Order: sequence, then structure tokens, then C-alpha cells
Amino acid sequence: MALKIVKGSIDRMFDKNLQDLVRGIRNHKEDEAKYISTCIDEIKQELKQDNIAVKSNAVCKLTYLQMLGYDVSWAAFNIVEVMSSSKFTYKRIGYLAASQCFHESTDVIMLTTNQIRKDLSSPNQYDTGVALTGLSCFVTPDLARDLANDIMTLMSHTKPYIRKKAVLIMYKVFLKYPESLRPAFPRMKEKLEDPDPGVQSAAVNVICELARRNPKNYLSLAPLFFKLMTSSTNNWVLIKIIKLFGALTPLEPLVGTAGSCLSSVSVLISLSSGMPNHSASIQALCIVSRPLSVLSLFVVKYLGLLAMSKILKTHPKSVQSHKDLILQCLDDKDESIRLRALDLLYGMVSKKNLMEIVKKLMLHVDKAEGTTYRDELLTKIIDICSQSNYQYITNFEWYISILVELTRLEGTRHGHLIASQMLDVAIRVKAIRAFAVAQMATLLDNAHLLTGNTQHSGICEVLYAAAWICGEFSEHLEDPMATLEAMLRPKVATLPGHIQAVYVQNAAKLFSTVLCGQEGAPADSKVAQETSQLLIDRLPVFVQSDNLEVQERASCILQLVKYIQKLQQKDVEVAEEVTALFAGELNPVAPKAQKKVPVPEGLDLDAWINEPPSGSESEDEGRKTKGKAVFAREESRHTKPRYTEVDEKELAMRREVRKAEQANNPFYIKASPSSQKVYQEAVGVEHIPVVQIDLSVPLKVPGMPMSDQYVKLEEERREKNKADRKKKDKKKRREKGRQRRGDSGPESEEDITPAHMVDIVTEEMPETALYTIPCLFPSQKSSKHKKKKQKKEKDKKKKHHHHHHSDGAREESVQNGTVEDEEPLPVSKQSPFSLSTQSNPCPLDVCDIQGNLHDGSQVVVSVIFENKCDSFIKSMEFNVMDSLNSKLQRPEGAGPHDSLTVPFHLPPGISSEARFIFSVQSIVMPQKLKGTLTFIVKTEDSSTHEKLDFKLHFTCTSYLITTPCYSVLCPDLNFRLNCFDAYAKLLESGDLKGSSLKLEGINQPFHHLLARICFHHHFSVVERIDSCASMYSRSIQGHHVCLLVKTADQTVSIDAKCDEPGLLRNVLDEIKLTFSQC
Amino acid sequence: MQFMLLFSRQGKLRLQKWYVPLSDKERKKISRDLVQTILARKPKMCSFLEWRDLKIVYKRYASLYFCCAVEDQDNELITLEIIHRYVELLDKYFGSVCELDIIFNFEKAYFILDEFLLGGEAQETSKKNVLKAIEQADLLQEAIEQADLLQEVRLLTDP
Repeated sequence: MALKIVKGSIDRMFDKNLQDLVRGIRNHKEDEAKYISTCIDEIKQELKQDNIAVKSNAVCKLTYLQMLGYDVSWAAFNIVEVMSSSKFTYKRIGYLAASQCFHESTDVIMLTTNQIRKDLSSPNQYDTGVALTGLSCFVTPDLARDLANDIMTLMSHTKPYIRKKAVLIMYKVFLKYPESLRPAFPRMKEKLEDPDPGVQSAAVNVICELARRNPKNYLSLAPLFFKLMTSSTNNWVLIKIIKLFGALTPLEPLVGTAGSCLSSVSVLISLSSGMPNHSASIQALCIVSRPLSVLSLFVVKYLGLLAMSKILKTHPKSVQSHKDLILQCLDDKDESIRLRALDLLYGMVSKKNLMEIVKKLMLHVDKAEGTTYRDELLTKIIDICSQSNYQYITNFEWYISILVELTRLEGTRHGHLIASQMLDVAIRVKAIRAFAVAQMATLLDNAHLLTGNTQHSGICEVLYAAAWICGEFSEHLEDPMATLEAMLRPKVATLPGHIQAVYVQNAAKLFSTVLCGQEGAPADSKVAQETSQLLIDRLPVFVQSDNLEVQERASCILQLVKYIQKLQQKDVEVAEEVTALFAGELNPVAPKAQKKVPVPEGLDLDAWINEPPSGSESEDEGRKTKGKAVFAREESRHTKPRYTEVDEKELAMRREVRKAEQANNPFYIKASPSSQKVYQEAVGVEHIPVVQIDLSVPLKVPGMPMSDQYVKLEEERREKNKADRKKKDKKKRREKGRQRRGDSGPESEEDITPAHMVDIVTEEMPETALYTIPCLFPSQKSSKHKKKKQKKEKDKKKKHHHHHHSDGAREESVQNGTVEDEEPLPVSKQSPFSLSTQSNPCPLDVCDIQGNLHDGSQVVVSVIFENKCDSFIKSMEFNVMDSLNSKLQRPEGAGPHDSLTVPFHLPPGISSEARFIFSVQSIVMPQKLKGTLTFIVKTEDSSTHEKLDFKLHFTCTSYLITTPCYSVLCPDLNFRLNCFDAYAKLLESGDLKGSSLKLEGINQPFHHLLARICFHHHFSVVERIDSCASMYSRSIQGHHVCLLVKTADQTVSIDAKCDEPGLLRNVLDEIKLTFSQC
Repeated sequence: MQFMLLFSRQGKLRLQKWYVPLSDKERKKISRDLVQTILARKPKMCSFLEWRDLKIVYKRYASLYFCCAVEDQDNELITLEIIHRYVELLDKYFGSVCELDIIFNFEKAYFILDEFLLGGEAQETSKKNVLKAIEQADLLQEAIEQADLLQEVRLLTDP
């Protein structure tokens, strides 16, 4: 036996192997047939041997010859022999030969069944693998029937390699032996969610092919495939799934779209990702665009857009031609499609089409529902325009106008984005400045439109940019005086602090420009002095601001202006000097340009430029001034003597102190030694280089971000100081004045203990900031850094929501809508709403009843709760009896009579605001709603439950919204001219019903009268000519209300028109009431 | 997919894989017809053609034509992608594959194809997985051959 085997292997050495055969055939090109016939004879000899290796070699050669077209069917049995070898090497060859040579009519296949079954259950996965592969080619119905069970078992094999082959071959089995489908299908379906992606894709393949043959049975799988389609990242699988949907198309309307389109689209995705330069991708683009325009199914659109975005990277031009199609997608109901389309647009813009695309987008902005999508549009517009350094913008005037238009968006969060763009463009594009300044001036003039009623809306950030641009480039202003006036309006004081600060600073710049203009003209010193006076009149509001930055700048500038006015009175020409304050051209500088400035030789940036002043000096200074004036109030009394003392010396000192702070504060960019301007970040516009203003006023109050640290340090110091306190009697005495007034209490005294200001060179520098500012700015009320508790105790004055300063006790302004207390309490005529007595510790002030512009059936009621007793009030619950027409909106799940919990407690003397939303059906009639407020008054030893009844009065006026008529009738911002026309047209249209009203005995000036109507009844003036004015307002449900107000001899006649006569009558009645009360 | 053919510019068949049961005679006729049709086409002509009731997708790589026949509803582009993937696999396995590699190692070319496609359907779309399976099987084959050799040597030296 052994000898036999050895003989076989020796023979083998002389046998031709496949390579020899191939080479031989190539060498016998002339007599190929003859050569091959001798080879076949050899092979027949080899097949007669027992050695399996020799047989296998022969079979391998036969397989090759079979491919060349020679008949090898006579060797079928030998092939089966080789297949049956126990060794993988030969088995592999055997199965390959079988798969190539066997077909259904090959009778030896019958003999293989058992062998195949044995191989399928082999412990070696590769044995099983070759068996499955081979079987897939020559499976007959008999084999299918006999082996179906074995293969089904393999579908759950532990190795994914086998599972996926088994799953795929099941398809062939189903075809040959359809009865196997029913029992096998559940397992097949299971494989759709196999953890192995290969098996999963195999199952998708099989089911897709099955579904193509008989779609009806597979409809129920559609949801599963939808899920797979959204989760799978394998393009091959995606294509199969889409093919399946194509098959399901005629049966199910949900899936109903042309399947071939789907698969074309998805193949495109694979092509464009796999073969970026494949020429087919361009050709296929038309396929994408077709389904996009024809089909509405979101899957198709989504895939189409996805494909386009991929093609865009390689073939931008071919996608650009489908711009209109993509723009159409912006109208789609599905947000993900809209966003996808937006993404595409971003990449599609060119110089040529930018304006057009943005114009379309702007239209969408107007139409868009939901702030999220609108915000997304807004950012996209800005992204699109500003991409690659504004490369696609050819006309910056246009861009500025777009930005200005965007400011009209209600409730956007991206005010700062618009602002930064405005600044960026205005600074970097010199040619545009004149235009930009004009636009910004208009914005400033109409600031009230932007801020509206919500102070916290992000859009007011735009004013930051507007103010800065108008100030910095004020030489381009047509009427700087008017802009200056607009920037100093009292309403500015309601803007966020950082914006006010910019206002104040830029008012100063404007002031210098105005002075220049005025002094240039034939010297009319009076006009110049009036300008100064305007600033002197208006700035004190800012000096009292609770924002340190604003305070600081305002007080500084105020003094400067006072000094200037003094000089003016002596007929000294000051314009030039004032202008010098803000001299210097602002050049755009790259963000990293600073690094390129070399440090001059011999300069040590870490060394002191000026030795920091010793602590005791500033401490003394501080104490002296504090004694005099800490409150802003008192400032006016002390101003003159004090500020003449603000001489060079003190200014210099101030500067030094601040320099020292900055040097030690890691948040500051150190002053550049070169003359190069230093750019530093300003609040809110992080990316915009803003020139460092020459006053060395820090733009951020140092120390703010570290307030926690500060509290800790302060506590430590307090402990320490307690021990020292006795030694410091003298100091204490000096500060007694302060203590008595309850300003900051004994604790803040210690804040001014010996100065460890500048000597301490640590990172905790903010301490110094805290001490120096109150010391050096005696005009400020008090440092806001002091503990909140103290502040609450002393701040008896409340600033109310609508910035009506109440004068201590009762007079609260209410715009409209009232709360009437049902308790028999004396009600003064001016303020029937705020009722505060001992028995009534928590009066309500309805500050505002305001229609919701977005929803014609909603009214927001802001209620201010003020605790005027000495006890703590908690657990306030607010309830209103709903009427048929008006209902308090309660959270979901709450009953119609449940009360709403007011989300805060009130310590004594504190007031806070809560908002309640009411839904209103008809707005034609005024309404009163009864309500109760219950709360717990907590004193030291007891707590009592109390109740307060009130009435909410919804006037018709509260349904009106101050709407400048141009914003409705002609939304273009270049409005004024068109506005009158539109207003006139509205009146002529005949849709409006008229009504009129006469008021006798009005002896106030006409403009007061107009202001009252505007203020109390939410109107705006369209046009005023002498003693005649037209006014406009709009209800939350879109009714137009027009008034024509005329006055003569203490009689005022109001002719009014409105499309809702009932509403108009009531509004007129309310106007009448307003005037009868004064 | 119904079948795949590889043939040279001279019209010599280099590889054939049939996923539908056909008699040798039919197979021969089909491949002869197709090879003639495709070779007659100019280089700039489209890669797809309708032939009988099938769609033929072919692409030429160097001197070799890769040709697939798919059913009417099947997608041509993905078939093209399958061809390309197979070429990539061959290229990875042989290292810059050329026609001779496929001629002399035609069984390997089949093994690779069998790991990639099964019964005419894509079985494994990951190139890495296909090549891993082939490598493992090759290792197994080598181990067996070595064991055989050792056994023969032992038999010779130790009768």
C-alpha cells in the first residue's frame, strides 16, 4: 500500500500540471486540437490511478479544457470522486469542477447527495463553504428537496461566513423546491436583523429577489425595510431595498413610486461615493432630476438630494443646472428634505446665481413656519453669502440690505450673527461704508421695531453693530445729529448692557462728528452748545445704569462733555481736539496678525511700565469719595465740585490702576508696545476685530467670570479681618455715614480694608477690580458684586418690566388692562391697579396684556407680583374663572378649574413677573375675568393662608398690536414713501367701516395727545400734518384699524375705520375713557 | 445575475461562471455570440446592451473584457460596480493582476469569485472579508499539502 502511494507521487512529478497544460496550449497554436487530444488521453490515464492528488490534478486540467469548449462530461464520476476526498485541497478542486461542468441533466449528481450532506455538516467551515458554493451552481430540484433541511440548519450556524452562504443558497433552493419556502421564511426574516452585516445583506438580497417574483406576500415587511434603509450604511444593501420598494410599488400607495428611479438614484449614490470620476455619474444626473420633479415620495427626494450633494463635489456644474428643482424642495413639507436642499444650495452658489438664490431663500424665510427652520434658513443665508471670504458677493450694498431685511425676523436667536456680519462687512469693505452707515442709521432710528416688546429677543444684538458702525464711520452720516438723538433715546436704557455700552461710546464719537460739522459752519456756538446739552441731558440715564460698563463709559463721557461745554461757553473751538479722541483709521486685520508683530528689542513685556500705585493711596482716595457720593442720585448734587477735580492726575492714576489689572488678568490682551492697533474681543461679536478704544476702558469688567472664587476669598478675608477690626477704629468712624444708609452693610466695609490691590500678582486679580471700581467711581450706585442679599434689602425701588420707574410706593404704570381688587380699598384714580395695604401684602400689577402676534387667539398677560409686607410669601397660586370666550391656558392634563402655581417665592419687598397665556376667541368685545390668588404668608413664628380676589380686564386695545403700517402694507424697508400710498389705498379700498368720536375740552398739546393714543392704545403714527394725523394699528387677528385725528379749539375729532365695526366701537370707547381720565 | 464571462481581446474565454442551469451546448452558443457582439463594439460605445431578453453589462480592463448578463429588472450600474469590485479583488489578491495571472491560476480566480458572488447574488461586499476567506482557505490547503508531503517522505524513509 505504502509503495503504491509513493509510486503515485513519483508519477506525479512527471505529470503535467495545469500550468504545463496552459503553457503547452499556448505553444501549440497551430495544432491546438491535436495537442489537446493527447492531453485528454493523458488525463484519462491519470484518472485511472488511485492517487487522489493525481486525480485532482487531472480534474483541474479538465475544468480548464471545459472552459475552452471541450466536452468533459465523461469525467463526471471522477469529479464526484475528487469532491468526496476528505482533504480540503482536493475537495475544493472537485467542487469547482462540479460547479463548472454539472448541470441538471448530469445523472451522477444523484450520487452526490450524501457526500454534500456530509460536507455541509463538516466541522471545517471551509469544507461547508465550498460545498455550498458548488451546490449553488448545480442544485437540482431533487438536491434541493433532500438538502433543504440541512441548509436551513446552517442558516443558524455560529459562523457568519456559513450563515450568509446558507441564506443566499436558500434562494436557489426556494426556486427549485418552492415547498421549502414556507417553513424557511420565518428564519429568513429573522436574518434581516442578523448582527453580521454580511448575513443581513444576504437576507435582504434573497427577500428582495423573492419579492420581485411575488410582491404581494412581502408587503408586511415594508416597515422593517424602511427601518433597514434608514439605518444601513451599506450602499449595496440600500440599492437592494430600494429595488424591493420598486417591486412593492403597484401594490401599496405609500411606497408607490417608480422603482427604477429609486434604484437609479441609489446606484448614483454608490457610484459617486465609490467612483468619483465615473463618467456615468453625470449622465445619470438627469435620472436624479426626473424623480425629483415628478415624485413626491420623500424617500426618493431625499435620496436624490443626497446623490446630488455627492455629485456636487465632483461635478458642481451639472448640479447647478437643477437649481430651480432644488429650490422647489424648500417648499417640501418634510423638514429633513428642506434641510438637505439647503445644504445643497450652499454648495451651488456662484457669483452669478447668488442673488437669485438668496432672494428665493428670503421668500422662504417669510413663509417659513416655526422658528427653528427659520433660524436655520437665516444662518444658511448668511453662510451662503459669507462663505470663502464673501467670494460670491459682487454687490455689498445688496448684502447689507439683505442683512437689514433679516433683522425683521421675529424672535430669531441669531441677532449676533447678523451683527457680526454687518460689522465685518462695514469694516472690511470700505466702499460700502456710506451705504452701510445710512442703513444702520435707519435701523437705529427704528430700534423700537427690533426690540419690540421682548427685551430679550436676540435680534437687538443688531443694534450693537448698528451703533458701532454709525459711530465709527460717522463721517458718512447724512444727519449725524438725528442719529445721535436716536442713540440717546431713553428707551435705549432697556437694551442689554453690552449694547448700551456701545451706544454710549459711539454717541461720543458721533458727538465729535457733529461738533466738527457745526464748528465748520459760520460759527454758531449756540447750536454746538445745544448738542453738548443734549448729551448732558441724556447721559445721566446711563450713568445710573446697573451695568458697570455702561456706567463707567457714560460717567466718563458725561464729564468730558461737560468740560467741553464749558470751553464752548468761552467760545473755544474744541471740535478738533474732540475728534482727536477717536482719530485713527480702522484697518481690517487678520485674526492672527498680532503674532506677526515682532517684539521690539529691549522690550520686556512682563516688566511694569509704570510701577503700580501703592495701595494706601487709592484706599484713601476711595474712602474720601465714598463718603460723599455713592449713590448716583447724589451725584447731581456733587457733580460740579467733584468733577472739576477729576484732573489729569486722577485720570492718569486711573489708567495706571487699570493697566496693572490688565497686566495681571489673563483675560486681557496685553497692550501692544507698537503703534499697531490691538484688536480684542468684544462681547457678543467674538469674531469681529474691534479697535481697542483709546480710553483704555476695558470692555469687560474683569473678575466677573470668577465671582465664585471671589466670594470664597472674601469670606476668608472677612474672618481674618474680624481679628484686625479693633485696631481700625479710625477707619470705621469714617465709614459710618455709609453704614447708616444701609448701603452695603458692615460686610462691605471690609471690602475696603487695606489695599492688597496691585501688589498681589496672582491670577485672582479680580479682587482688585472690585475694590478699585467703587473707589474711583463714586458716582456709581454700588458695586453689583456685593452680595445679592444686601442688594435686595436696600433696593426698595423697583424697575418694572416696561421701564416705568415707580416712585417708591404706589404709582405703577399699566399699559392697558387692569386688575381691580374686589376688597373695598381706596382706589386712587391714577393707579387703580396697585393696591397695597397691610391687609393686602401682595398686590398684583398687570403690567401688560399683550396679544400674541403669531397666534391670533392668544393673549399674554404679564403680572407683576410685589410683596409689600415684611413677611415672606410663598406658594402663590393663580387662578381665573374661564369665560366662554377667554380661557386661561393650563398645562396639559390639568382640569379646567385648576390653578397655576406661580413659579417663585417673594421675599419682603421683592417683586417678580409671571406670564400667563389666555386663549381668546372673539376679540371684538372687551372682557373682565374674575380670578383669585392664594398664597401663604410666612412670618417667623406662623404662616397664614391668604386669598386675594381680582379682576382681569381685557380691553379691546389689548388685542391691538403696535404695527407700523409699512411693516404690514409694504414690507420693504425703504418704506416711507410707499407707505402713505399703501395706507391711502387701504382706506380707499372700501373694506373698512367707519365710525367717529369727538372729545371736548382737551387742552393738551396735539403731540401729547398722539403719544397717548400710541402708548395706551398701541397705535403708530403714519403721517402728521399740522393738527391732523393719521394713525394705524392692527389686531392680533389681522384687522386693520385706521384713525384720522384732528384737533381744533380744544376739540379733538377722531374718524376711524376698521374692518370690524364692533372692535372699532370698543376701541374708540376706550380711547374716550383714556382722555376722560386725564 | 445569470452568468459572468471573462474573455480576451482575441475572443479567448478566460473564465466563465453560470448561475443558471444550461446545457454545455447552450453555454457555448451564448458565449460565442456574446464575445463576437462585444468585440465588434467600439471603445466609446455604451457599456450596456440588450441581448435577447437579458441585459449585458461589460467593461474592458486592459486586454480583458468582463461581461455580465443580468435580468431585465436588474440595475446596470450596480452590475458595473460588481464587475469593478471583482477586478479590485483580483488586483488585491494577485497584486497588479494581469491576464496571465488569471490564465495560470484560473482556479483561484474562481475561488475569489465564489467568495464574492453566490448563486448570482453579491455575497460579501467587503473586500477585506472576501480576501480573508480566500487566504484562510489557501492556508488550509497549504497545510494539507505539507502534511501529505511529510507523510510521503516518512513512507519513503521509513517503510
